Amino acid sequence: MHIHYLDPYHPGTSPVHILDPRIKLVLALAYILTTALTPIAAWPIYILLYSIILSVEIISQLGVWPILKRAALALPFILAALPVIFTVGESSLFTIQIGSLNVTGYTEGFERFISVALKSWLSIQAAIVLAVSTSFPDLLKAMRFIHIPRLLVAIFGLMWRYLFVLVDEALRLMRARAARSGISPESEYKAGGKLTWRACVTGGMTGNLFLRAYERSDRIYMAMLSRGYDGEIRAQSVAPVNPVSWMMLGFGLFAMISLLFFGLIFWG
Amino acid sequence: MMHHSIEVQQLSFSYPDGHPALLEVSLKIAPGEKVALVGPNGAGKSTLILHLNGILTGRGQVKVCGMEVNEKTVSRVRAAIGLVFQNPDDQLFSPTVYDDVAYGPLYQGLPPSEVESRVNYALDAVRMAGFGQRVSHHLSSGEKKRIAIATVLSMKPEVLVLDEPTSGLDPRARRSLINFLRDLPMTMLVSTHDLAMVRDLFPRMIIMDEGRIVADGLTRKLLSDQKLLETHGLEMP
Amino acid sequence: MFFSVARMHIPDGFLSTMVALILWVISIAVIAVSLRRVGRDLGEHQVPLMGVLAAAIFAGQMLNFSITGGTSGHLLGAALATSLMGPWAAIIIMTCVVSIQALIFQDGGLLALGANLFNMAIIGVSVSYLVYSSIKNISRGKTWGIFVGGFLAAWFSVMIASLGCALELALSGTSPANIAVPAMGGIHFLIGIGEGLLTVGALAFLYSARRDLLHLDQPAPAGNKIVWVGGLIIAGLLVMLSPLASAHPDGLEWVAEQKGFLDAAREPVYNLIPDYIFPGISNEAMATIVAGFAGLFLVFGVALAVALLRRTKKG
Repeated sequence: MHIHYLDPYHPGTSPVHILDPRIKLVLALAYILTTALTPIAAWPIYILLYSIILSVEIISQLGVWPILKRAALALPFILAALPVIFTVGESSLFTIQIGSLNVTGYTEGFERFISVALKSWLSIQAAIVLAVSTSFPDLLKAMRFIHIPRLLVAIFGLMWRYLFVLVDEALRLMRARAARSGISPESEYKAGGKLTWRACVTGGMTGNLFLRAYERSDRIYMAMLSRGYDGEIRAQSVAPVNPVSWMMLGFGLFAMISLLFFGLIFWG
Repeated sequence: MMHHSIEVQQLSFSYPDGHPALLEVSLKIAPGEKVALVGPNGAGKSTLILHLNGILTGRGQVKVCGMEVNEKTVSRVRAAIGLVFQNPDDQLFSPTVYDDVAYGPLYQGLPPSEVESRVNYALDAVRMAGFGQRVSHHLSSGEKKRIAIATVLSMKPEVLVLDEPTSGLDPRARRSLINFLRDLPMTMLVSTHDLAMVRDLFPRMIIMDEGRIVADGLTRKLLSDQKLLETHGLEMP
Repeated sequence: MFFSVARMHIPDGFLSTMVALILWVISIAVIAVSLRRVGRDLGEHQVPLMGVLAAAIFAGQMLNFSITGGTSGHLLGAALATSLMGPWAAIIIMTCVVSIQALIFQDGGLLALGANLFNMAIIGVSVSYLVYSSIKNISRGKTWGIFVGGFLAAWFSVMIASLGCALELALSGTSPANIAVPAMGGIHFLIGIGEGLLTVGALAFLYSARRDLLHLDQPAPAGNKIVWVGGLIIAGLLVMLSPLASAHPDGLEWVAEQKGFLDAAREPVYNLIPDYIFPGISNEAMATIVAGFAGLFLVFGVALAVALLRRTKKG
């Protein structure tokens, strides 16, 4: 297995995959910003925003369904916004009777709740398309392009390199623990131990993982030194963005700014 | 006992990416038997071992000490089968040797006096009595390996399963490990590349390759079959 | 399956643009300062160390323990990173962890990343440092100081960061303060205890295996004072504001309604273009239908083009 199961990147040859990663990052951020700035209850704009991201998903040939499934990740958080239905607004939409308590849901609150859910759902899809169609080394290039400091980009790079190694170590630790977590055949004993003990054992596993990470980083440092590392982080210079990509960027930004313009005028 | 220690029937398993790791594997190991599991890297040995205590579940049937391994029995199975992983660092996650060896009994909820006697028994069995308050991290590889085995012996398992116990050990540590493995009374299944140890210690040997069992028989006989060994990337000791 | 427990990674859409942008600016400023400190104070071998430790925190978050039934707890890591690496490096490490979670695993949004960095990297680390270094000083280098300090640092950092998260949501008008503050605070009261025990477990392991990593005898560098003071201010503000905000949720709601410059700038534009310039579209139902058709055509056209392209490639 060359690709770790956690790595979301799916190689491909679609126009979305081929698009310059720097432009892709900027467009994804612009899309999310547009979604955030779109006023509450501007339903036509939400429809158009969804048709844009849906088109991109179709062009990317990654499959609309897998992206939707991954987008469900942000769903549980929507609970945090649920109370606004009952606290924001004046015109009552519905009333529920819980015991002797009358709870009123308001139209404005309901519109706000739906808008937040939609914004969240649209934004996460843009982030998914970016992560799934762009390899991490390309994302690092894009980070340098938007002027993230070299030191930080270098740490990101090292982190990514060892992320899956350490994730595998963590999984092996959990397997080793699971293999010894058995119930005695004499059933009078209650298995599992105390909660605090379980938490501390898990803490010990974390310490074990950290210690091995420390020692690994010492070896990495020595390997870097022996190849001439002197503390200075040098980045390979990247090719300039080609005209077609600039055009894509211009076109994308224009589309989003005009959507935003209409949204703010008519629903702002 | 009427049941087999380990009974695997028609077990197949594929990793989530579709790569098949086990193909219709069947085997039976009787109580008290000591069996070696050999084969090249990627043959499916570790995958098979992880099925024995329900960490992985594939299609087919796995029975351990008469219990079918499934969601209901998995905790009981894990107490009955002691699985020692290849890298002892994965297994030693407590501040001291004592804490690590006590993990299994503590998880089972045994009373303190019983936990202590189990720990002493296990450390004695691996000839590491008196190491209880040492820090696992500072031990040598051979000592870590033995402590890792002690962490499962303290659960008094019926079956002991070891993954590559001699890998990375110097000759003396390897020799002492082999010597105390010989003295352990329980059923044993050991995955290894160390055919010299197989010859010394295990009367029966199972060869796996590409997810299948390709040979299962007397070690003496299989080790003299030059052609069989070569086909499956093994070398005569 | 690894991200099962309620966490405070805010997805996009939940924060008003104002709140999101302001927190981005603050986070960028603090991270920039931390990068300079780290570049100056720490040796060059810290670069691989920070990368690998960031990976270790990410991986360490997978190590979970069962609480009851189906729920389980796991590490967040700010306190552990702070006690091992000092505040500046810990801010960088947590920045990497939180950013990768957002960028690659969509755990937390991209526009909301500024806020998530603020909560988990900046509040998390500065409050951890405030508590940990204070208790270590009180204990005068005795062992109990590390463990008590580690536990309390972990608990306070999780607790205060969750209050920050709740207030940000309230300030954005997404969740009323009188519900968000007690709900978030209540859950994280418990999560904080788990975090404390995990941190103590990890510190105990490291204490017995490699005591030198805990820097017991070294005095803290003078530059760390700023973090201590910052942690004190943040903790003080949030602890005072949270009960106030949840007692007067309308106050925050009022702030949320004054959505700041972006909305203020909109008014004149709105007045410049009266409704009758676009008579057909000013009707909302009509506009929705038009948008629906336009979207449908776009998607249909794209799907058709992709299908055609595929066929010509195959043929």
